[in-house]
Amino acid sequence: MYETALFGRLTLSAIPYTNPIIMSAVGFSAVLGALILGWITRQGHWGYLWKEWLTSVDHKRIGVMYLILAAIMLLRGFADALLMRFQQAFSEGAAHGFLPPEHYNQIFSAHGTIMIIFVAMPFFIGLMNVVVPLQIGARDVAFPFLNSVSFWMTAASAALVMVSLAVGDFSQAGWTGYPPLSETQFSPGPGVDYWIWSLQLGGVGTLLTGVNFFVTILKMRAPGMSLMKMPVFTWTILVTTVLIMLSFPVLTVTLLLLTLDRYLDMHFFTNGMGGNQMMFPNLLWIWGHPEVYIVLLPAFGMFSEVVSTFSRKKLFGYKSMVYATIAIAFLSFVVWLHHFFTMGAGADVNAFFGIATGVIAIPTGVKIFNWLFTMYRGRIEFTTPMLWTIGFIVTFAIGGMTGVLLSVPGADFVLHNSEFLVAHFHNTLIGGVLFGYFAGFSYWFPKMFGFQLDEKWGRRAFWAWLVGFYLAFMPLYALGFMGMSRRMVHYDNPAWQPYLLVALAGALVIAYGIFCQIVQLAVSIRNREALRDATGDIWNSHSLEWAVSSPPPFYNFAKIPHVDALDQFAYMKENGINHRAEAPFAPIHMPRNTGVGVVMGAITFVFGFAIIWHMWWIVMASSLAMVATVIYRASDEDVDYMLSAEEVARIESGGSASTAGGSSYLAGHELITQG
Amino acid sequence: MDPKGPVAADEKHLIFTALGLMLIVVIPVIIMTFAFAWKYRAGNKNATYTPKWEHSHAIELVVWTIPTVIIIMLGTIVWKSTHALTPEKPIASSVKPLVIEAVAMDWKWLFIYPEQGVATVNRLVIPAKTPITFHITSDTVMNSFFIPRLGSQIYAMAGMQTELNLLADKPGTYHGLNTQFSGEGFTSMHFSVHATYPQDFQDWVAQTKTGGNMLDAARFRKLETPDEPAAPILFSAVQPGLFQSILRKFAGGHEMSASNQNSVSLAQAQK
Repeated sequence: MYETALFGRLTLSAIPYTNPIIMSAVGFSAVLGALILGWITRQGHWGYLWKEWLTSVDHKRIGVMYLILAAIMLLRGFADALLMRFQQAFSEGAAHGFLPPEHYNQIFSAHGTIMIIFVAMPFFIGLMNVVVPLQIGARDVAFPFLNSVSFWMTAASAALVMVSLAVGDFSQAGWTGYPPLSETQFSPGPGVDYWIWSLQLGGVGTLLTGVNFFVTILKMRAPGMSLMKMPVFTWTILVTTVLIMLSFPVLTVTLLLLTLDRYLDMHFFTNGMGGNQMMFPNLLWIWGHPEVYIVLLPAFGMFSEVVSTFSRKKLFGYKSMVYATIAIAFLSFVVWLHHFFTMGAGADVNAFFGIATGVIAIPTGVKIFNWLFTMYRGRIEFTTPMLWTIGFIVTFAIGGMTGVLLSVPGADFVLHNSEFLVAHFHNTLIGGVLFGYFAGFSYWFPKMFGFQLDEKWGRRAFWAWLVGFYLAFMPLYALGFMGMSRRMVHYDNPAWQPYLLVALAGALVIAYGIFCQIVQLAVSIRNREALRDATGDIWNSHSLEWAVSSPPPFYNFAKIPHVDALDQFAYMKENGINHRAEAPFAPIHMPRNTGVGVVMGAITFVFGFAIIWHMWWIVMASSLAMVATVIYRASDEDVDYMLSAEEVARIESGGSASTAGGSSYLAGHELITQG
Repeated sequence: MDPKGPVAADEKHLIFTALGLMLIVVIPVIIMTFAFAWKYRAGNKNATYTPKWEHSHAIELVVWTIPTVIIIMLGTIVWKSTHALTPEKPIASSVKPLVIEAVAMDWKWLFIYPEQGVATVNRLVIPAKTPITFHITSDTVMNSFFIPRLGSQIYAMAGMQTELNLLADKPGTYHGLNTQFSGEGFTSMHFSVHATYPQDFQDWVAQTKTGGNMLDAARFRKLETPDEPAAPILFSAVQPGLFQSILRKFAGGHEMSASNQNSVSLAQAQK
């Protein structure tokens, strides 16, 4: 009785200590975490970490923290992928592999959730945090504190997913969590609740970020930067934030309805009692299909920046690119039903959604042609970011084609739910989204840290990912045609096994690619002096983020630039306009760092964990704590300060921030704490 | 991709038509990517270099027009094929269609032959060259009924009835399955499809009727137990209206049926 009141339905038996695979994963994470924390403690870095990073409201540092989160979750999600490939490669006929169904089902559910929500989202949000304010000539985002809250809510949700490994289990209903399978009748345990609350709380963080960047881009552009003088990456982010603001509330409500079903015995999506289970897939994909473009459009923006820079040419058809982006965003809201043509909606409905989906291929195709004609008559340099871009164009053309094929209802009737579908969306999400983020990451890395990434290991990583991708997913296309459906823990068809072995080999090649990326980071950090960029404009680029030092001073621009042209920085260089600000300087108004974001993230985590385990008193206590924190923050008037003109002058000159690099960055931040 | 019926054959044809149409764009894109990357590499100083060139009405016109034309063609195909292949559309044939009621259960398929008064589990026997009209529902979570070689799958949803029309060209044994993930026993949700000569089908029905194995409400509740793998079962007789009562169980919605409570306790017992 008392136990239930205190701990809800959490008991010691929720820890799967009898499962060696889970326990070794938990043990490995725990040891690794302890090693890292121990190292930080021994080096005495906690004060620095807390003051300069965890409490930072600087968009560049929040961006870097998003990237670290994405990297950690990528490793977790990829470990899940490897487990699935090993299982399917060795579970034919009499062999049943090493994973029981209830474990395998959690793995594919976690893999999908993690890769979309906790890898793709934080990866592009991290890059956009670093780049967008710089590209538009702003000193920070519109709401720096809100930005910190968004990050910590996302991190707390990711932590919930990770905790589900050790305490309880994760959802076994797939990453889309279709009812009635995800209802208590069929999934009584805490797994689906972990899925619901990590999506729900992380979704709030994402929505706040969407609002923040929408306002930032509309209200904080440097004078002279009209919408049609905005860099194309910023354009894709602007459109992405609109998609976020329109679609994430739908996810919030959909999950809330499912929550009401599960927690209060309501019947929105149940079998019987007036529930309508097909309402859920409709609502979920009204969020879910725009979500596909929320992760894809920023990648398109990154490719546009990279292809223009390394073809040494202006981007071909800027206006077309902008209109195509807007068209894709609009169309993404009218295609959701193509995820379930097999519902039996009738020919007219299916044909409408099939054709609407096909229409998306038009603006997307235009974009591909425009990248090609940017390369046409250029001087192409095959740097790592450019390799990712060329790899993308070829791979994405194939992924787009299979996508349009799936949008033909008659074809979908046989390919739905098959490995063909799995191959298709990995083709677009790896070959489109992830390649784009990798291109953007290696392109903007020097801007973030002042030195470039090692090219040799970068090229190795690219080739391993590219070859690994084709090995891992082309066999799945074939298996789809051979009638293999997705999510199978076991099968009785010897003809499939060779293909699954090849797919496993592909996954291992990708693993080598990830290994190369880790080595690349280590090698680059070790050789950072040799790789240092003193100019701030290492690639001879065209937009404003390259007009400041690398890394930029914490206030970004000592003087806000005036924008006269699209590709303003290229314009400045050509016309001999000095892009480095000169004295006299004016004082700069800056936000003060605050630990409130961290606290709100921590409360979010406690609330999530408690509500998953029905610990009602903690749910109430943490809700009250959240309200109190908001009131505390709202009544705190000491949230900003003026950086004096003398300090700006000192940083700008002594800084030559390029050679002093990180230290001037740091020096600036210490000023914040001194106020 | 080895169709044994008109629906599957049409769908295969449709897939290859659509693929071919799209390859008209995709192949040139891939060739252009490699060709441009090679020709305009930084090392090739002989290639034309136009750093400021960023717009051409002619090229813009072409790159908007070509995908648009292809999608208009594809859209026409989509409209026609979607209406031709819509699952509820009867298959034109001089032979009277056979109605079969399919019910997705945890984790097995129940097939009821209402006109013949027999039923089977995980074994579907059909006459070849005869249109089959499936009425499909679920007694549990969402499933998707699929016989790849005959074509078209469709969801099975509790409280709802979907319809699917298929035809097997010639006798043979085919594979059927649920493709929609449905929980722990999902992977074992397969059934065999035996397409026979029409006369053999009549013989099979007659022989099955002699089995003395009745599917009534009590037996059905036992069948709802999610044990696996379910070996094929033949029932010599079926309680009339069983399919409708399964549908009604969820559609009415003002009483919690006994079978529902059963599956809750069973799901919990399994934990």
